[in-house]
Amino acid sequence: MLRLAARRLLKVIPLLLLVSFISFGLLNLVPGDPAVQIAGEFATEEQIEDIRAGLGLDRPWPVRYASWLGDAVRGDFGVSLFSKVSVATQIWDRLPATLSLIGLSLAISALIGVPAGTFAGWREGTVLDRFLTMGTTVGVAVPVFVAAPVLILIFGIKLDWLPATGYVPITANPIDWARSLMLPAIALALTGAAEIARQTRAGVIDVKKQDFVRTAHANGLATWQVLGKHTLKNAMIPVITVIGLQIGRLFGLSVLIEQIFNIPGLGSRLIAAVFENDVPFIQGTVLILGTVIVLVNAAVDISYGYFNPRVRAAA
Amino acid sequence: MTIADHDMSSTAVESATTESRRARFLRRFRRQGWAIGALVFLVIVAISAIFAPWVAPHDPLSQSLTDSFAGPGSEYWLGADRLGRDTLSRLIFGARYSLLAAAQAVLVATVLGVPIGVIAGLARGKIDAVASLVADAVLSIPAIVLALAIIGVLRPNLTNAMIAIGIVYAPRLFRVVRSAAISVREETYIDAARASGVGMLTIARTHVIPNVLSPLLVQISLALGFAVLAEAGISFLGLGVQPPDASWGVILGQGTVKLEEQPLLILFPGAAILLTVLAFNVLGDGLNDSLGREIRRE
Amino acid sequence: MSSHASSAVDPVLQIEDLAVEFITEHGWLTVVDGVSFEVGRGETVGLIGESGCGKSVTAMAVLGLIEQRSGRVSRGCIRLDGRDLLALDSREMREIRGRKVAMVFQEPMTSIDPAFTVGNQMVEVLRRHLPMSRSQARQRSVELLDRVGITDPHRRIDSFPHELSGGMRQRVLIAMALSCEPDLLIADEPTTALDVTVQAQVLDLLAGLQAEMGMAVLLVTHDLGVVSETCERVIVMYAGEIVETASTDELFARPLHPYTAAMLASLPGLHPDEPLDPIPGIVPPRHALPPGCWFEPRCEHAIELCGSGHPTLVAVGGRSARCLRADDLRLPGVGS
Ligand SMILES: Nc1ncnc2c1ncn2[C@@H]1O[C@H](COP(=O)(O)OP(=O)(O)OP(=O)(O)O)[C@@H](O)[C@H]1O
Ligand SMILES: [Mg+2]
Repeated sequence: MLRLAARRLLKVIPLLLLVSFISFGLLNLVPGDPAVQIAGEFATEEQIEDIRAGLGLDRPWPVRYASWLGDAVRGDFGVSLFSKVSVATQIWDRLPATLSLIGLSLAISALIGVPAGTFAGWREGTVLDRFLTMGTTVGVAVPVFVAAPVLILIFGIKLDWLPATGYVPITANPIDWARSLMLPAIALALTGAAEIARQTRAGVIDVKKQDFVRTAHANGLATWQVLGKHTLKNAMIPVITVIGLQIGRLFGLSVLIEQIFNIPGLGSRLIAAVFENDVPFIQGTVLILGTVIVLVNAAVDISYGYFNPRVRAAA
Repeated sequence: MTIADHDMSSTAVESATTESRRARFLRRFRRQGWAIGALVFLVIVAISAIFAPWVAPHDPLSQSLTDSFAGPGSEYWLGADRLGRDTLSRLIFGARYSLLAAAQAVLVATVLGVPIGVIAGLARGKIDAVASLVADAVLSIPAIVLALAIIGVLRPNLTNAMIAIGIVYAPRLFRVVRSAAISVREETYIDAARASGVGMLTIARTHVIPNVLSPLLVQISLALGFAVLAEAGISFLGLGVQPPDASWGVILGQGTVKLEEQPLLILFPGAAILLTVLAFNVLGDGLNDSLGREIRRE
Repeated sequence: MSSHASSAVDPVLQIEDLAVEFITEHGWLTVVDGVSFEVGRGETVGLIGESGCGKSVTAMAVLGLIEQRSGRVSRGCIRLDGRDLLALDSREMREIRGRKVAMVFQEPMTSIDPAFTVGNQMVEVLRRHLPMSRSQARQRSVELLDRVGITDPHRRIDSFPHELSGGMRQRVLIAMALSCEPDLLIADEPTTALDVTVQAQVLDLLAGLQAEMGMAVLLVTHDLGVVSETCERVIVMYAGEIVETASTDELFARPLHPYTAAMLASLPGLHPDEPLDPIPGIVPPRHALPPGCWFEPRCEHAIELCGSGHPTLVAVGGRSARCLRADDLRLPGVGS
């Protein structure tokens, strides 16, 4: 298990370097002289110089990359172009809201998706299975920016059960925190839940035909042991892959959700940065999120070792 | 055997198999009821978009404040928005932006992903390793975040948004094309062709491209679905199509602002996006089922 | 020991007129039809027949493991220790499986859950049926592994299935099946997937365990050689029906049904000089059975009468056979 982890983590290094290179290279996409472009039409010469110095554009790019990366590794992503506030500070301030949104939404999609998929797979072909399968086919395609307004309308406005928008930090009031995140997390969780349910159903259908499940039945194990232990643990391997892929997608979609629900997270700040052409903030965010995803993928791969002993042995 | 000889014979073989392949594909595809339905739906949407000025019952921009938030009826089939603009007409004209934008994005992705995929798959070795690593790295960054980052650096407008979506999707096309190219490379006739001194470019043109087309078609259908969705999301945020022009994402975004007054204003653009994305996905799956297995066999 | 071939003095298992159907493209087809037999306490009975004749389905029916959506027991009665199994609900049946009747399957490679250790799965079965603490169950599992001939059981108990060979896995499955000392063990072709040398070891192991624990064994196989070495009585099935029952000695010495005789004639190793002589023709498909005897199209002794009426299973001097000519044919046996 440890060897598996070590091997997998070794592969992470070149990937992380490339992610950092992409984040850094974003600046080079700016057409023409980045400083002139970013400063805008009505900038004075002084402002342009200011931006040029801020971005370190007076030095050759390998030098700039090295020093940018060196700073980034130490947690310094520079300062926002106009506000001059540290990018790292802004990211750390905004990360808790985004992470709680994603964590909650992941939990919701697993809590809905795994039982629904298990049930549908175990009772394959029944009316309920067909109903669930149709629901997941559509559910996978519902865009969050359609689901979110509908949820706001029904639960936030018409029924008025939950706050429609806004965010309360957990430190302020844990109950209000959970309530404020409920609708956005559900909106964000729908696609994932549908996808997890589909994969779980397929996995359960596949596994329940296996000989070892027949053995478990023949040995008189209770239904919960056959289903909850033997079937589910083996069916979980592809589901873990899906959950891993979900995490990357959730970080992307949370941008939209944060904007719609007015949550002060990384995503809504990113949109503001896009409007402001705040290149350092954009670079920092891409680097942080890319790194998180690379590490999550590695963790998912390592977790296969738990679900599938053969993987552990092969390492 | 001269190079010309080889080229002629291989082209002849190629066209013969392409012919029978096409017949087999059509026979299989005809059995995919859902996929055909999706294709019909998409063709209808595309035709109404192209002939929007003739198809749309109203001018999408003509306002009439007395009809603000009108419900569906004989005058406005799908109702009207706050400014009294006909929702159906706006959606028909919006399809132009949504579909054209999606096509642009997929074009960018194809131009970037396909040639690099062919080269990496044929050359293998270091070139392939580097290209694959770059693709992995790009895929590690959440698609929307990377697209927004690119838009943020390039300045928000529709063209830049589509370039961004194209860049984000390119690694996915790269992967498919690359693995198809690798499996072609493993076939012996490539070695034979190389032994007879045929250049890599000719090999790519005569052997790889025809074999890559099938999986590429599937991916392009899925990519179009992704691009419609992504364009809608970006325009919804105000970073793509700029009003008074309106794609489905813009219409949806404007509807969201007036959610309480007229919920139907999100329902119809939402349904248009949902159905179109679903149709591209279903079509892609259908194509995959009608093309997929024989690619591996041949 | 019993005198009548299909009934036992003190039966553990009694099957009467069992019929099992499956849904197919031809509608519900009866795959096992009117099967009746008994297995006595401590007895070893062989259930043989060509592939597809319904041996496994019969065995699965005893355990109540016929897949409910596609199959059903349409007729008959299955009694274990006098208790009607078909009347039990699924929860009661689960308590009997593994406790009173256990089963070992053909495919040792895939019949153990790859995701858990051997010990984990053995402890699970023991604790499911017997009041044992975790450590008691583990201790017992080590003993069982040792008993089925696994060397170094203290270490092996923490192995995952992929770390064991096919023969070892089958031993583990046998240990698991016998862990609660069932009254009846059903072994469905337990050695087919194994190497020849390992086959003999596993059969010896089963025989030894049976002698020691005194359980009854229903051995499902298509290998007459296996039957001759291990079974006291034999039940021969053809196309879902019993065609002959007899004690092993009688069956080998003088088969009454031409199908049995044909199987004996095709035994390899008995006539090493002659080429193998498989039974010509195929088993008739269930949806197109011939009107008379189902073996008639392949039978070299068939007469005109065989093609008209379907014969019944007739008792002939303590054994039984489903053949019109059982009395007048003198079919060749082997051995004596
Ligand atoms: N789930 C099922 N659905 C439909 N038909 C089935 C099913 N299970 C078994 N059958 C049919 O029942 C018949 C008997 O099958 P069974 O598995 O009992 O044969 P067998 O005697 O054990 O053969 P083998 O030696 O190959 O194991 C076969 O013709 C098979 O096709
Ligand atoms: Mg069988």
